[in-house]
Amino acid sequence: MKRSNEPIFWSLFGAGGMLAALIGPALVFITGIAVPFGLILAPDTMSYANMLAFAHNWVGKLAMFAVVALFLWHAVHRIAILLHDFGVHAVAAVKVFCYGSAFLGTVIAGYALLALGS
Amino acid sequence: MSNRRPYVRSMDGWWKRDAYFMRYMAREVTAVFVAAYAVILLFGLVRLAQGEAAFNGWLQYLKTPWMLVFHVIVLATFVYHTWSWFNIMPKTMPIMFVGGKRVQPGTITGTGIAAAVVACLAVLLIVKGLHP
Repeated sequence: MKRSNEPIFWSLFGAGGMLAALIGPALVFITGIAVPFGLILAPDTMSYANMLAFAHNWVGKLAMFAVVALFLWHAVHRIAILLHDFGVHAVAAVKVFCYGSAFLGTVIAGYALLALGS
Repeated sequence: MSNRRPYVRSMDGWWKRDAYFMRYMAREVTAVFVAAYAVILLFGLVRLAQGEAAFNGWLQYLKTPWMLVFHVIVLATFVYHTWSWFNIMPKTMPIMFVGGKRVQPGTITGTGIAAAVVACLAVLLIVKGLHP
């Protein structure tokens, strides 16, 4: 019997879903509302210098990589099933498109973080 | 082979038939907003790697009214994601026993949501503490 690859994708889906459930609302509020519009947090919180310093720190690097990559893997797993729910039954094509997108995003995030150096 | 054309009930809009399916759909559709938010952050990361001018352009883009409206919608879907994620957790995690008694679904959901509130406040306080 061919081994299923489902556990891998489900683990990534679960990890991303848990991360999004725990800190997602705070992240969206910080990056999308509080910092751009100067609410509660200082407007220079996400300045180039601050974000560069954050990206040079290995904890910061790991945090940014985890958020971007896991959010993507979480989302594409659900989107693949949603497409089926809405009548797109080309299972293989949907999987290649969805998981391929998440893989591409993960590679780009990793490359950008490595390019930023330490 | 056969010229019979049996009636096949259409599946169009199946999820609108039942409140349970509607909740399922609402929960699953949050993924589209999670993906969109991840892509915005990914752009920010790429812009950061490209240098100060590129990154400042991304920061300016976040200040446009459309992005504010978009992020308010994303925030609402994330809050719904948090609620629905822990709401289905009693079904998605293995059955847990404490002291020989099965942990009740309400306890699992409540603990999860409380953990999320604490985690969100912690993230806000850490960011505020780093850049007062």
